[in-house]
Amino acid sequence: MVSVSRPAGRRFARLRLSGEAVAWLQALPMGLVFGLFFLLPLALVVMVSFWDYNEYEMIPAFSGRGYSDTFEGCLAQLPDLCTILRTYAKTVKLCFLVWLFTLGIGFTVAYFLAFHVKSKTWQIGLTLLCTIPFWTSNVIRMIAWIPLLGRNGLVNQALTGLRLTPQPVEWLLFSEFSVVLSLVHLFTFFMVVPIFNSMIRIDRSLIEAAYDGGATALQTLVNVVIPLSKPGIVIGSIFVITIVMGDFITVGVMGGQQIASAGKIIETRLNALQFPAAAANAVILLGFTLMIIFLLSKLVDIRKEL
Amino acid sequence: MVWGRPVAFYALAAFFAAYVLFLYGPMIAIFVLSFQGPQGGLTFPMNGVSLFWFEKLFAGGGIVNIGAAFRRSLLLGAVVMILTVVISVCSGLAFRKRFRGSAALFYVAVASLIVPSIITSLGIALEFRILDDGIKKFGPDWLAADHTTWMGLFTSGLGAHLTWTLPFGLLIMFAIFNRFNPSYEEAARDQGATAWQGFRYVVLPLILPSVVGIGLFGFTLSWDEIARSSQAIGEVNTLPLELQGLTTTVTRPDVYALGTLTSAVSFVVILAALAGIRLLQRRTSRSARDAVAGPAR
Repeated sequence: MVSVSRPAGRRFARLRLSGEAVAWLQALPMGLVFGLFFLLPLALVVMVSFWDYNEYEMIPAFSGRGYSDTFEGCLAQLPDLCTILRTYAKTVKLCFLVWLFTLGIGFTVAYFLAFHVKSKTWQIGLTLLCTIPFWTSNVIRMIAWIPLLGRNGLVNQALTGLRLTPQPVEWLLFSEFSVVLSLVHLFTFFMVVPIFNSMIRIDRSLIEAAYDGGATALQTLVNVVIPLSKPGIVIGSIFVITIVMGDFITVGVMGGQQIASAGKIIETRLNALQFPAAAANAVILLGFTLMIIFLLSKLVDIRKEL
Repeated sequence: MVWGRPVAFYALAAFFAAYVLFLYGPMIAIFVLSFQGPQGGLTFPMNGVSLFWFEKLFAGGGIVNIGAAFRRSLLLGAVVMILTVVISVCSGLAFRKRFRGSAALFYVAVASLIVPSIITSLGIALEFRILDDGIKKFGPDWLAADHTTWMGLFTSGLGAHLTWTLPFGLLIMFAIFNRFNPSYEEAARDQGATAWQGFRYVVLPLILPSVVGIGLFGFTLSWDEIARSSQAIGEVNTLPLELQGLTTTVTRPDVYALGTLTSAVSFVVILAALAGIRLLQRRTSRSARDAVAGPAR
């Protein structure tokens, strides 16, 4: 055998690891990062949500206080909604509005790019044009509305200048309106990309067949394009809905720190150093979000769509 | 057809133009307003044109120490970028083979992307808090005596950022290898190349433009990250966190100047990355042409 004459070190270097062992070694760093900074933290959130706490620290003893404090008065106040349920109702409402607008705008933009822009160069160029703002800090894209929507902003200057309103409109900024506007501004692109990705794969002959068969443009849209874009619509929806459900920054900055949301409760509890209560709220939010994702993912296989 | 294009095209084009205006309008407003004169306010009209607010930013008066936060964010972004590229490429290669647990790892990565950031951030904060408490109580004396916390920019902060950038990196790697033609690599192997040589001289040059894209994602996602950093960054703040803190007390255009500055950094990085990608693509296609034409004589 040839290998006998080789020095030992050389033979070691020649040692062939099985394909699966190599794959494991290659996947190990990513597995470690997610294990240490995602899975373990999630497990700790669940664990700490059942701990006790006092004014300044958490106490490692089993307690349902995090949850009972969160749902305090929920039964007593019926039929009125208690704070937590009111907050979730408001968050769901914001979420629904943002989803509706991002879907409407995102679908239309994706439809234009996929079916009406014929040249590949233009397609890439216009997509890039939509991408650029995505690389800027979200906070900057939020405060960018101040000079437009503020009390002395451009919109109010125009309204009062044209004598449409006697005095500046107050609800434009630091209101639910500005929160929704800002979220739509920030996240519509997350709808555009997956929907465009689905649309670009639609076989053009299907659409021609629909037209040849006598379908109107609207019928083709409803019966051919929308069903075939469904995977993109679902993925985009998952993105937007989970972001908005957990958001506390946009709601904070654009709501003038006055609007409560599911994510904002967690932040408030954290600022008060009530870690178990914050964790309990995180578990509730996580359960709620996972339920939405589960329902949506019933509609599509994510891994096939990449 | 007289018009050349259907009416629907013009309607949709107008809609698209409105969307682009909606995207850019507000940002352009603050870029312009950051050049306000010293007497200028937060809204139009402009009260003279100057670099006054940028100078004020660097002088450090009024606003918290921006220079230090700027350097911290830049350094963290660079480290996140390098780790994101290396780890994503490694695991991208792993996913080309079959291995047990691959489905689980994929779903964990997707979950990391869509679990609300505040929950991940809270979890990491709890992890380090419990770790620190454990060391103080049970650690050996030399460690426990003056232990305060291990939470910091390059421990918990770095981890938090990686849970955000790695899923993007992995998804890009999936997209790359779904469209990758393995015959080049097989040809190299037939010629006797080892697995490493096949990767280094065949696969890597082919995927390099997309790998630069992963780096671009890694840096900019980290550079603008707030939600995951918010609870897990420790004592010091990154630039976007400082910026977020300033929004509650914003009364003068210096916050616009800061916004313009951070955006400028993002744009410089994007342009550099795009230029790099173009250069690499040109080089790949040139060497492909040379290979077809045969060696130069």
